[in-house]
Amino acid sequence: MEIQHFSYDNKIVKAFIIATVTFGLVGMLVGLTAAIQLFYPIFNFDTQYTTFGRIRPLHTNAIIFAFVGNAMFAGVYYSLQRLLKARMFSDTLSWIHFWGWQLIILAAAITLPLGLTTSKEYAELEWPIDIAIAIVWVIFGWNMIGTIFRRRERHMYVAIWFYIATFVTVAVLHIVNSFEMPVTLFKSYSWYAGVQDALVQWWYGHNAVAFFLTTPFLGLMYYFLPKAANRPVYSYRLSIIHFWSLIFIYIWAGPHHLLYTSLPDWAQSLGTVFSIMLIAPSWGGMLNGLMTLRGAWDKVREDPVLKFMVVAITAYGMATLEGPLLSLKNVNAIAHFTDWIVAHVHVGGLGWNGFLIFGILYWVVPKMWATKLYSTRLANVHFWLGTLGIVFYALPMYVSGVVQSLMWKEFNPEGFLVYKNFLETTVQILPLHMLRAIGGGLYLIGAIIMTYNLIKTAYAGNFIANEAAEAAPLTKDYVATSGGWHHRVLEHKPLLFTVLSLIAILIGGILEMVPTFLIKSNVPTIASVKPYTPLEVHGRDIYIREGCSNCHTQMVRPFRSETERYGEYSKAGEYVYDHPFLWGSKRTGPDLHRTNGKYSNAWHYNHMLAPDAVSTGSIMPPYPWLFEQSIDQNLTAGKISALRKVGVPYNDGYEDTANEDLQKQANEIATNLKADGIETSPNAEIVALIAYLQRLGKDIKAEKVAQTNENK
Amino acid sequence: MYKNVLQAIDNIAIWPVVSLAIFFIFFIVLLWWAFTADKKYINEMSELPFNDKRK
Repeated sequence: MEIQHFSYDNKIVKAFIIATVTFGLVGMLVGLTAAIQLFYPIFNFDTQYTTFGRIRPLHTNAIIFAFVGNAMFAGVYYSLQRLLKARMFSDTLSWIHFWGWQLIILAAAITLPLGLTTSKEYAELEWPIDIAIAIVWVIFGWNMIGTIFRRRERHMYVAIWFYIATFVTVAVLHIVNSFEMPVTLFKSYSWYAGVQDALVQWWYGHNAVAFFLTTPFLGLMYYFLPKAANRPVYSYRLSIIHFWSLIFIYIWAGPHHLLYTSLPDWAQSLGTVFSIMLIAPSWGGMLNGLMTLRGAWDKVREDPVLKFMVVAITAYGMATLEGPLLSLKNVNAIAHFTDWIVAHVHVGGLGWNGFLIFGILYWVVPKMWATKLYSTRLANVHFWLGTLGIVFYALPMYVSGVVQSLMWKEFNPEGFLVYKNFLETTVQILPLHMLRAIGGGLYLIGAIIMTYNLIKTAYAGNFIANEAAEAAPLTKDYVATSGGWHHRVLEHKPLLFTVLSLIAILIGGILEMVPTFLIKSNVPTIASVKPYTPLEVHGRDIYIREGCSNCHTQMVRPFRSETERYGEYSKAGEYVYDHPFLWGSKRTGPDLHRTNGKYSNAWHYNHMLAPDAVSTGSIMPPYPWLFEQSIDQNLTAGKISALRKVGVPYNDGYEDTANEDLQKQANEIATNLKADGIETSPNAEIVALIAYLQRLGKDIKAEKVAQTNENK
Repeated sequence: MYKNVLQAIDNIAIWPVVSLAIFFIFFIVLLWWAFTADKKYINEMSELPFNDKRK
């Protein structure tokens, strides 16, 4: 039989590895900065580019898309070629993919600190970058599927199934969630409003975790763990079940991010049920990973690669048990909006993704440089620093989450909130936040040690840019000797396989979202809810730009502890003009949905200028630039038109006169401030922001008045 | 409230039934597929990561 000689492209893997390590360090450093900002507000550095509201999305994007993303590509490019016995389909596509992805990261690193954001979590990047992501992602998929077509190995190993599902699903998620109406080159409004926007966003957000942070890494686990342990996976049958049930169920679970919100109840319950079901495939996968090491645990004691992998897989198991438990309404009632969720995601991020990446890097770098790891000892030091880092990160956050939540909910015997002032609950958890930063710092030091170790390893070895290999080509007259027809059908036909996995993930998405979209009145209309005024639209865009929703929710849940603290619980009908929705997912500060009339304009003015002076002990950074910068009235018309296009009922031609209304409202606020002895330009950004904040919760009050009058 | 709204779409009651049916069939087929695979094939597949040099 003819044997073909070819080579594996290691150079592209090397490039992705360098990017992984670099952006890992950067992303962790930014995360550490954000963590410190939460107890030393001085670390917001008093500039608008470095406040927590802008730094936090920079951290999440850097970790998810730059660190984990580049690691995923490195692992896929390494394992795919070897599993298929073929070089990547096209070196040119590989490099376009690499540089395209790095340019997107660069664009994110520039735009996010500038405040150019959609505010939708993990999808913050604005529309031109969204388009670039879609293009680069398709290039990655094209290159991957092209390679599959040129394979010299007939069967597609289960890792490749996970890669295909990753490609297909992330494409669908990204495109659906990124429908937005451009206003300017770097400003857009979400196509969806309020409850629908929230449902789409968390369908995306949840599955970004599922299909960007989980499925590709399960694929990597199924390749690199057997390689590192030098034994096949425990049960290949289990891996088949793992794959199909995981991708089929995962896609339904998004609504568990919206329990007790204004999302229709049936959708919330659906999210809960599917989240519980997810335990089965997740734990199946975890056990499959751990059982692969049966009889090889002596190796785990000596080999840092396996140590990292074992902790990673264990963290995966813990996070995927915790996730479903958090999806139970009674647990969620306590955990949601608190640090508990932050702990949960970091068990996944630091433990599962981080440690699996470290394990893979320690294994693959010596292989590609044809040498031994420079120092096993240093790798062990890294392992322990990292593990301690996770513990010091997660434990304080769990305690902090529970403590704060219980304080929010505590009533005295007279029936009043014990901690009526939200700030008391914030101050209480600051020591825990300090501990968390120590945990993050340990983890980062570990990663720095790894970087040193890997660089030393590379210098000691000789890089094999093109690794020679040989294999026989596939023949057309193949007759399966085993497996039966149903296995041939899937594993020999990559396109059919891709389509089937697409169908598997679409079923969940469709059955969940169609009812919400078909029925307009799924969002009960409230007559008194009106579109935002032009000034409020400007104010809302400032709220988005400053990333206020990173710390403040706009969702009063129907609990007595919340209605007592904030006021009337939030109704779906209040959000019908919210493009995008701004419910938030974390309460570092209090909810803002019932801000109207709670404080005077002057209070807001002083508070934004010096939060600590108004509320002693506040950790909110000051926003002095809002007082110097003016809103751009030239943008008003464009904003109004764009909002009308996505469904906000402004009258035709209103964009031409909108600035008159804007000026009138701004003058009123400026005059009101003057009465309190504050001189400000009506065009200052702070005026628009005050207008927006004072609007929050105003309409529902009008509804109450209307109802009372009707009853008379 | 939602009940009324949902009742407004034609045959909304069929959605949960369809969902359940899809699920049931999906998992039955999946389990059947996994457990009827023969051992030789399964072993061959799980050895794949190890024969990346030559066959």
